[in-house]
Amino acid sequence: MSGDVLIVVGAGIVGAACAERASAEGFDVTLVEPGTVGGGATAAAMGHLIAMDDDPAELALSHYSLGLWNSLADLPQAQFSRCGTLWVAADERELAGVPAKLERLAAVGIHAEAVDSAALYQLEPALAPRLAGGMLVPRDAVVYGPAVAMHLVECAQARGARLLRDRALRLTRDGVELHGGRTLRGTVLVATGCALRELLPALPMRARKGHLVITQRYPGLLRHQTLELGYADSAHGSDDSSVAFNVQPRPTGQILIGSSREFDDAMDPAVSMPMLRRMLERSFRYLPALRGLDALRVWTGFRPTSIDGRPYIGRVPGMEHAWVAAGHEGLGITTALGTACLLLDQLLQRPTAIDAAPFDPARLAATVAA
Amino acid sequence: MNDATVRITVNGQPVEVAEGCSVAAAIARLGVPFRRSVRGEPRQPLCGMGVCFECRVCIDGVAGQRACMLQARTGMQVVTDG
Amino acid sequence: MAERYDVLVVGAGPAGLAAAQAAAGQGARVAVLDAQPRAGGQVWRHDVRHAPSAAAARGIHDGLKPPIEWLAGTSVVAAQGDALLVQTPQAARWLHYGNLVLATGARELLLPFPGWTLPGVVGAGAAQALAKQGWPLAGKRVVVAGSGPLLLAAATTLRAHGAHVVAICEQAEASALRGFAAGLWRWPGKLLQAGRLRLQLAGVPYRGGTVVQRALPAADGCLLRAVGIAGPRGTERLACDMLAVGYGLIPNMELARLLGCATQAFGAHAAVQVDARQHTSLDHVYAAGEACGIGGVDCARIEGAIAGLAAAGAAVPAGLLRRRGHARAFAAALRRTFALRPQVHALASADTLVCRCEDVTLGMLDGHADFRSAKLATRCGMGACQGRICGAALAELGRFPHAGSRPPLFPARLSTLAHAEPAS
Ligand SMILES: Cc1cc2nc3c(=O)[nH]c(=O)nc-3n(C[C@H](O)[C@H](O)[C@H](O)COP(=O)(O)OP(=O)(O)OC[C@H]3O[C@@H](n4cnc5c(N)ncnc54)[C@H](O)[C@@H]3O)c2cc1C
Ligand SMILES: Cc1cc2nc3c(=O)[nH]c(=O)nc-3n(C[C@H](O)[C@H](O)[C@H](O)COP(=O)(O)OP(=O)(O)OC[C@H]3O[C@@H](n4cnc5c(N)ncnc54)[C@H](O)[C@@H]3O)c2cc1C
Ligand code: FES
Repeated sequence: MSGDVLIVVGAGIVGAACAERASAEGFDVTLVEPGTVGGGATAAAMGHLIAMDDDPAELALSHYSLGLWNSLADLPQAQFSRCGTLWVAADERELAGVPAKLERLAAVGIHAEAVDSAALYQLEPALAPRLAGGMLVPRDAVVYGPAVAMHLVECAQARGARLLRDRALRLTRDGVELHGGRTLRGTVLVATGCALRELLPALPMRARKGHLVITQRYPGLLRHQTLELGYADSAHGSDDSSVAFNVQPRPTGQILIGSSREFDDAMDPAVSMPMLRRMLERSFRYLPALRGLDALRVWTGFRPTSIDGRPYIGRVPGMEHAWVAAGHEGLGITTALGTACLLLDQLLQRPTAIDAAPFDPARLAATVAA
Repeated sequence: MNDATVRITVNGQPVEVAEGCSVAAAIARLGVPFRRSVRGEPRQPLCGMGVCFECRVCIDGVAGQRACMLQARTGMQVVTDG
Repeated sequence: MAERYDVLVVGAGPAGLAAAQAAAGQGARVAVLDAQPRAGGQVWRHDVRHAPSAAAARGIHDGLKPPIEWLAGTSVVAAQGDALLVQTPQAARWLHYGNLVLATGARELLLPFPGWTLPGVVGAGAAQALAKQGWPLAGKRVVVAGSGPLLLAAATTLRAHGAHVVAICEQAEASALRGFAAGLWRWPGKLLQAGRLRLQLAGVPYRGGTVVQRALPAADGCLLRAVGIAGPRGTERLACDMLAVGYGLIPNMELARLLGCATQAFGAHAAVQVDARQHTSLDHVYAAGEACGIGGVDCARIEGAIAGLAAAGAAVPAGLLRRRGHARAFAAALRRTFALRPQVHALASADTLVCRCEDVTLGMLDGHADFRSAKLATRCGMGACQGRICGAALAELGRFPHAGSRPPLFPARLSTLAHAEPAS
């Protein structure tokens, strides 16, 4: 494929990862990004690399990606920290769900351990009293997404890729037209996250807003990314809005607090004080010590959400030259590297490392008129 | 203007200042850094008006307080991070 | 629990106090809040050793006179609808308003140069503020530097607190200063004030066209010992225990930005845009004083009074509007005189820290097209001051314009952010 043109539209972590892989495979890559590299959802994300087990396809993609992340673990700017994930069970009912989770993780080869109440407090002494226990996934990790995206773009550039500061206006029969008036010819990969509809209106995409809070530095207070077991309900339920306890120790000693979810297709970045309060109250319930800590900043971000919650990775139905990698919801940092490999293997007509069918855009799309 | 004083401790050492003085002024009497920067440099107040956060110290167990924004009150226990 | 004021004034400096007084005079229910424990703002800051001037004492007394409610040590953290979330060291609450007056004042423009992070290097206004709060200065040798009339005021205060002012180094050329002095007759009050300050500073060398190039540490590397200056007479070393260096003032814009007020350029920075009645672009929000551009205390008083009247729904006398015009003209003359020379923008080198919160050097920002990109890659501006120092400095140096603001406006307790909002 050496020398074939690939135009990657969007330099979030997904586009950046694809550009990096494509340049390594010998493509002549042009990245089109009007804003800051990694400045979209990627800049807002917690950067938790997590194996979510509630959907087998997503679990396979996460697991595949987590393996690939090892190659970036030593990159200083990635701020990679293998803090593990501690899932917390509020009561016996939630605890009863742990064995099934362990089994699902074990089935793909991910090691995890059940944690009883005593062990829970040894792992995280600051947790609220009377929690039932939980589950520890030691290999999960945390990274700093925007810096990784910048690094991946630099790798691609070092292999000759170009970064065009422009915005794609529409796909043409054999390429893409840019706002600046130029038209680029070649195979196009659309990786524009929440903005997917602008270029591919036939692929349903919604923006799911999330709030995050970062604190001053409090080293030692928290050691693991710590989530309530109810997180998956919040993440994958279809409720209009939900919050879940989800806190992360940053390598700086700061604590990053999530998470909230609400659909907001207008993508208003304003912080909603009522939503923020709901989210914080949820987190105080599990980690009361948070109350007295100082928050430095609150921000919002938008998770690109497909209609079934799984990303679109593959050829755009009905379009010979157009491919898509978008819609990773709250898992796109984790799954970006696997996404890139999965996409490149398909582009190069090679066998894929995991089953690509669950991510095939054709599963939902009305056929796009060519 | 008046002769009343307040007594606080800074890193365990007693310091006496005139009533109305800021915590920053009290700490300054010891000449110690107020905080260490991310890469370990000693820092002291820069702006004197609550903007720069160079004067952050721990007061009565609460970390990250701006010493230039608070008046010293008798009994306060201040810990610098330098 | 739901407090509601007809007029809520943010900032208890001369502008805010005048606004409170004017609004209360119209019978409005008024509260004034300030993050500082005492009212007065920067110019009228309480001095632990010296009695306030008659003007300050009167201004503070009249601006806080009951039934005006005075909320000391109260910081605005966030906003929603017609309410502000505020916190004190102990508690949090929501304050509702009919009309809001932003009198958030200004802060010093502090610019990076080699050695500026050494203990002993402070702002010029900062030195004055610290002195008034009881910072030990007796017998200390201080170099006052930077730009603007604040240097004279700072030097006077430092002297009154027992410091030995070694020199005042003003970056503006002596010729520009002479031109300005010649025009002062148009503002007789200012002429008097300048004359008085010079008298109080008798014997202190005032050097025009002179900048501090670097602050030099003592042998232990941790404390200021001297500064290197450059002026018409070449370079020189001045031994000192403190360097008080500030490059003028810039408006505090965080709350205005958070609310979404339209802004206008103020040099490389921004000021709140207001109309003749001090009305911002938002229906229920007024602004007065330095937040609208640096104008000095007289201007702040006049604008505060206008904003207070307007926010209380009263008519604004034409005389006030005229006096504001005169005061603003003086401010414009000041800005011309003390415009920063390119030399000042070139003091920092690639290895000079620009973000003091996260220890990011100027050189680390190379290659980034905007502040956002630089921030995401280097953490510049992500620390405790949220870019208040480095963001303003980078804007002044022509690197990146300063961006918007996000809650909390100041680091705030998480329990404050979760504080329930009473029904409006
Ligand atoms: C892992 C991680 C750790 C982080 N740690 C920190 C940290 O320690 N400190 C820190 O400050 N940030 C931190 N951030 C956040 C980062 O700086 C940005 O804040 C984030 O990328 C997105 O924030 P933003 O939307 O505020 O946009 P910014 O990156 O700040 O840029 C957008 C600009 O527009 C303004 N803006 C946009 N919408 C609004 C609105 N509705 N109202 C008001 N202003 C608005 C913003 O204030 C800002 O100036 C971290 C991010 C990550 C991923
Ligand atoms: C609050 C929050 C927390 C999260 N936490 C995590 C987490 O802990 N772990 C995890 O794995 N994931 C997390 N995520 C999810 C993750 O951030 C996203 O799934 C991921 O960043 C998506 O990457 P992307 O490259 O598809 O999108 P983006 O990062 O949004 O990138 C899309 C890019 O396309 C560009 N673009 C758009 N339109 C055009 C156009 N027409 N032409 C050219 N360029 C265009 C945009 O400027 C943008 O840079 C979180 C998300 C949010 C909002
Ligand atoms: S000295 Fe700047 S905040 Fe206190």
